[in-house]
Amino acid sequence: MNQSTTKLQGTGRAQVRDAVISAANLDLTFETNDGPVHALRDVSLEIGKGEFVSFIGPSGCGKTTFLRCIAGLEEPTGGEVIVNGMSPDEARRARAYGYVFQAAGLYPWRTIGGNIRLPLEIMGFSKSEQTERVARVLEMVDLAGFEKKFPWQLSGGMQQRASIARALAFDADILLMDEPFGALDEIVRDHLNEQLLALWARTEKTIGFVTHSIPEAVYLSTKIVVMSPRPGRITDVIDSTLPKERPLEIRDSAEFIAIAHRVRDGLRAGHLDE
Amino acid sequence: MAVARGGAAAPRFAFGEDIFGQKKLGVRVKGSVVPVLTVVLTILAIWYVAVVPMNVREVLTQAERAGVVVEPAAAVERRDAGRLGLVVNNLGHLGESWSMERARLPAPHQIAVELWASTWDEEVNGRRGIVQSGSFSKRSLIYHGGITLGATVFGFVIGAALGILLAVGIVYSRVMDMSIMPWAIISQTIPIVALAPMIIVVLYSVGLSGLFAKAIISAYLSFFPVVVGMVKGLRAPDAMQLDLMRTYNATKSDTFWKLRLPASVPYLFASLKIGIAASLVGAIVGELPVQRGGLGARMLGGSYYGQTEQIWAALLMAAVMAAALVWLIGWIERRTMVSMGVPQ
Repeated sequence: MNQSTTKLQGTGRAQVRDAVISAANLDLTFETNDGPVHALRDVSLEIGKGEFVSFIGPSGCGKTTFLRCIAGLEEPTGGEVIVNGMSPDEARRARAYGYVFQAAGLYPWRTIGGNIRLPLEIMGFSKSEQTERVARVLEMVDLAGFEKKFPWQLSGGMQQRASIARALAFDADILLMDEPFGALDEIVRDHLNEQLLALWARTEKTIGFVTHSIPEAVYLSTKIVVMSPRPGRITDVIDSTLPKERPLEIRDSAEFIAIAHRVRDGLRAGHLDE
Repeated sequence: MAVARGGAAAPRFAFGEDIFGQKKLGVRVKGSVVPVLTVVLTILAIWYVAVVPMNVREVLTQAERAGVVVEPAAAVERRDAGRLGLVVNNLGHLGESWSMERARLPAPHQIAVELWASTWDEEVNGRRGIVQSGSFSKRSLIYHGGITLGATVFGFVIGAALGILLAVGIVYSRVMDMSIMPWAIISQTIPIVALAPMIIVVLYSVGLSGLFAKAIISAYLSFFPVVVGMVKGLRAPDAMQLDLMRTYNATKSDTFWKLRLPASVPYLFASLKIGIAASLVGAIVGELPVQRGGLGARMLGGSYYGQTEQIWAALLMAAVMAAALVWLIGWIERRTMVSMGVPQ
């Protein structure tokens, strides 16, 4: 475990050839009234095209902050992030990614269709293209027929699916998801995980996914990044050996349990370091 | 992606149905009749009782002139005696309390008669009324109410527009945030009654008078709640909603029109309701020093000549107008909110 960490930090970007996202020696320190907080220290990671990467760790381990750095919503104080060969800010301006927040954050005054149309309007898609895209992504997240409903008329899980549709609407290659299912109950969450995997297989997007659920991370990911707090850093990177086709029952397989075990070990090691 | 369509959502749709909403509205209106009536009747009862001690000296003076022996007999003594004592000592001679002319406190029915006489009766049957002369009578409250309404609405439009513009400036410019807000607050600490004559004098000296001068005072009072409400409303979107706009690389104008402005609508309407009521007060205050018509002029005129009924009738007219204006804003608000998908 420690070996893989050192190796990763040492070799940096060269590890993955066609890296879509690469971070090298990333540092981020927040200046607060209680003194500096090291949100990220020396974080290096490569994410290849089409990978599904989960970031897992306890609160304050910097997983969300790391995702925000990739998205250009947070400015690192040291190191470098490259997204699609650009700086995160350039990538943000090039609308390289769709971002899904923990709360669905649908605008209550817009219908579901109107919410999905929001990025399309801002990005200047034509009216007919907007209509066509809204219909397509609604169908993708199984919300066809809900276009004219307002957010309050939908359940929490459906709202979150609508917010995923909103992030998919403008066809960015990268999907960044910050605990998108964190506020949902386990049954709904299982279901959405299954749907997300199907969606990923269908669209071949690169997905960065923040979670604090071990089963969720193992079930979804091709790569699991284990992080630990104070300072926020990567303690382990696990390449999943699970097949791409994953029924929910795979969670009872020995392989799944072994990976979950390693993730748990990584989380525990992070705590022992303190 | 499969299923999950019906189950969770179905019962929620029923909640939003129009029929259900209508029913709820009906219940609300019907349910409020009894409490509102109770309050009105209580106020009227207190009023009728209060009329007796308020008018007792004048009533006794009149009775004395008519030859009745009152207690105490000397007017000077009555002047120094307590009102309640006078009432208790002269219980038999108080019949005129509710029908005095120029009463200190007129009874509600006297005000109602005055209100009827100076609105419907004056316009329909009066020589100067709209029916016989083709224009509103200068003695009618409809004429004066119209003048006040014009100034109120004009001032409100100026004030609301100014308030919204200032709020946008305050939200988008730190300099404006630091410089405008303290002055806006200070402006409201000066009593408008003290300020109004000065505003009118200053405006008159630069050639502005009448409607515009009154509208300025209305605007002065109504811009402030709009600024405060609108600043709050434009800042209502949380960090996540703003971040979402950043991920789209949205321009400032996109963020304004598609996020901040719609998010501010409920705040805007709340402050518009306060603003329009304040605007009416401003128009009335602006009419006090000028005496060129309007409910304010009518009230002051009434107090010059001891026409208390006229004052109360004008007050009542102003209250009815304020209620109507606030209701109108509320109606527009409900229509807007429905179109913005808020469940009723």
